[in-house]
Amino acid sequence: MNASLATKTIKEILVDIDKCTGCRACEMACSAFHAIPRYSSINPSKARIRVVADEINDEYVPIRAGDYTPSECNGRHIYTIAGKQYSECSFCGASCPSRDYFVEPDSGLPLKCDMCETVPPLAEPMCVQVCGDDALTYVEYEVERDAKEQPARGEVEIGLEALVKKYGVEAVLKSAAQLSKPAKS
Amino acid sequence: MRYAETGFDLEIDLSRGSIEKVATDRKLAEMYLGGQGTAAKYLWDRVPPDTDPFSPDNLLIFSTGLLHATPVPSANRTCVNCFSPQTNLMSHSLFGGFFGPELKHAGYDRIVIRGKAKDLVYLYINNDKVEIRDARHLRGKGTTETGDCLKKELKDQKVQVAAIGLAGENRCYMATIDHNHASAARGVGVVMGDKRLKAIAVRGTKDVNIARPAELFNLSLELNRKIATSDGCGDWMADDEDDSFHHNHFSWGNARKRIKNYWSKELQERWTRWKHDNMDRQTGCYNCPKKCRNVISWPGRKRFGYKCFGKDTYHMAAFLELDFTYEILGVAQEYGVDSYAMPQVIAFALELLQDGILKDSDFPGMPADTKGRFFYLLDKTVRREGIGDILADGVSRAAQRIGNGAEKYDHNTVKKFEQLPIKLGKLNPAFFLMIATGEKMSITQIEGSFPQDPLPTPEQRRAFVDKWAAVPDEKFKNYFLNWEKRDSLTPEATCDIVEWNEAMHYLDDSTGICGFVSSFRGQFGGDVAYHMNNLPQLVSLATGFDMSKDKLWKTAQRIRALVRAINNRRGLRRRHDRPPEDHWAIRNEEYEQGLLSKYYAFKGWTMDGVPTREKLESLDLGYVADDLEQRGILKKSEEEVAA
Repeated sequence: MNASLATKTIKEILVDIDKCTGCRACEMACSAFHAIPRYSSINPSKARIRVVADEINDEYVPIRAGDYTPSECNGRHIYTIAGKQYSECSFCGASCPSRDYFVEPDSGLPLKCDMCETVPPLAEPMCVQVCGDDALTYVEYEVERDAKEQPARGEVEIGLEALVKKYGVEAVLKSAAQLSKPAKS
Repeated sequence: MRYAETGFDLEIDLSRGSIEKVATDRKLAEMYLGGQGTAAKYLWDRVPPDTDPFSPDNLLIFSTGLLHATPVPSANRTCVNCFSPQTNLMSHSLFGGFFGPELKHAGYDRIVIRGKAKDLVYLYINNDKVEIRDARHLRGKGTTETGDCLKKELKDQKVQVAAIGLAGENRCYMATIDHNHASAARGVGVVMGDKRLKAIAVRGTKDVNIARPAELFNLSLELNRKIATSDGCGDWMADDEDDSFHHNHFSWGNARKRIKNYWSKELQERWTRWKHDNMDRQTGCYNCPKKCRNVISWPGRKRFGYKCFGKDTYHMAAFLELDFTYEILGVAQEYGVDSYAMPQVIAFALELLQDGILKDSDFPGMPADTKGRFFYLLDKTVRREGIGDILADGVSRAAQRIGNGAEKYDHNTVKKFEQLPIKLGKLNPAFFLMIATGEKMSITQIEGSFPQDPLPTPEQRRAFVDKWAAVPDEKFKNYFLNWEKRDSLTPEATCDIVEWNEAMHYLDDSTGICGFVSSFRGQFGGDVAYHMNNLPQLVSLATGFDMSKDKLWKTAQRIRALVRAINNRRGLRRRHDRPPEDHWAIRNEEYEQGLLSKYYAFKGWTMDGVPTREKLESLDLGYVADDLEQRGILKKSEEEVAA
């Protein structure tokens, strides 16, 4: 087995909430990077990172957009950390109906952090680059794959699985066979 | 498409309850940029010079800067302008934070407020939804408390709120407009209160477009790194615990007494402990990598934030220590009063009591200790109760109302506005001109690009100018290289330096850039992020204008001349251009007036301090000259008199 299959790259943005000054440069830079054309417009409400800020409570937590969820969670926890109360929402990256974070404000479509992956790759995601106080830092490291771990599935596989679930494996095979016949001239 | 700007104003009439979204002309931004520049144009056009500041016709304008909501770092200071009842001149005020960029994302470059509501209201702006709402339930609430209430009420933590406290509600002249832990002083809180506008809550989710995106973003990234890592940017006082500068050199009490060897190592250790035992964190403003604001939770008090000299004013006015400022500052911030002017007003009142001009009977129920007295007078003033009703008009007007010799105690105001408590020995010519003629009212808003003091050796001066990127012209390097003693600069050099210092503030206050990375900060170290050599490019990339260094310099001069003319129309003349008589111990009236005349001539002003037609026309302000002539403020032949 070659090395690239034996290990995988983990990319993480580490958040130190004690260092966050609440400046929201990360939101600005994220929205600029993901604008089309790139950098053509600024709009923090389109950012895939948001600073949950509450000056009264001295709460500053940058969170990154994760997966879309169609419903709110049932019952949120309140965490007390170093004497301050935080709602579970302060740490949650879900694009969910209970708040307007991580939802494209015009279309309502969910937004998700993609670590600014691009070709050629950035040295660091844009939010980390503009964080002047190292509240956000970027780390990248290799870990060994679990032997049982399946290699990541491609888009075709995921799509086929959905079709099989809906129409049954036979119908899908039949269609695939039909599609693979050469077109009549 | 408009770039960097939204192209719309929000026009609010509180008397009629009307709300209009009005498209603006792009040429306005080319001529006046935005912020204070465009607001000055509106005040000139729309508020007749005889308008009483308490009239419904006085405009209160909240402006974004031209570079707000672009990637340009540290462009976040919201500008507030109106006519001030304290000075009867144009109020100039700024606050940092998040309000301006949020307003732009809501789709507006500024909010222009006229009229007066019948009772307290607040303005809610959520993109295209704009409402004037009942705010009677917020009556008496503190400034950050109001912000907190509105966020809960509107169920939106991302709403940005600017609010007045009790001081503004009661039309106290020192009232501020507060946003988070930042506040706008110098005459705007009182007008907001007079208009019965408790707060503005704004939320915006719209795009702001950039003309040349990739270039501007890459340049902004470089500037972000420069600001983050340079000691020449930001408020060093946020971290530097050695504050001997203010305590040994500024005056205590009612700007009376210098204590030259006040600072000590033991004191510094004690104060540092007080700070770090009670500091939650340091915070920053929108899109700025600096963290200038110290946020303190003092036992039993509401959390508050301060920056710079704001941490010294109360205890220095009271001859006490830092713990007293920490005790009172949170209370004062909730009331919404200027932490520069208010302590001087209190110290002034206590001095009048001590000298028998005010009597014990003027202060019924006042505690005997200094701390208690400061809290008592703060409370009376913001409520306008008893003697507080007089003090709430500021030192200068209070002194006139009290009479009986109280006028002599009004020794530290210019144009009826409280100045920093600085009392020095020998005159500094540049500072003389800045304090005398600066219409931003506080020296911190006028000084700043050219160093305050020369460096001792030629080698040090050479090293300084070699890395001095901010100079708009090589001549400033020569001035600095040959500068040995404070007062040894020629009048010509002095005029040049004053003009440069001023110009940078006029640009910052129109683009929204913070003085701590630009106009104010260059005097300490010279290594600022923004200057005449990169601002034209930044403005061009953001807006698509073809901005050059010459054009931008001219724009700064245009705004400066317009502000002067606005105030000339309200009566400002040469006789008002005077620093406090005791600002320096050694004075020379003949020399000073000679210098002032030279400066007027240099600026293209008449000997009475009014811009000439020739000068106004050269700045594309012919319409201003027409008006000044029509009113007889400029005589048709006056330019020859000036020459």
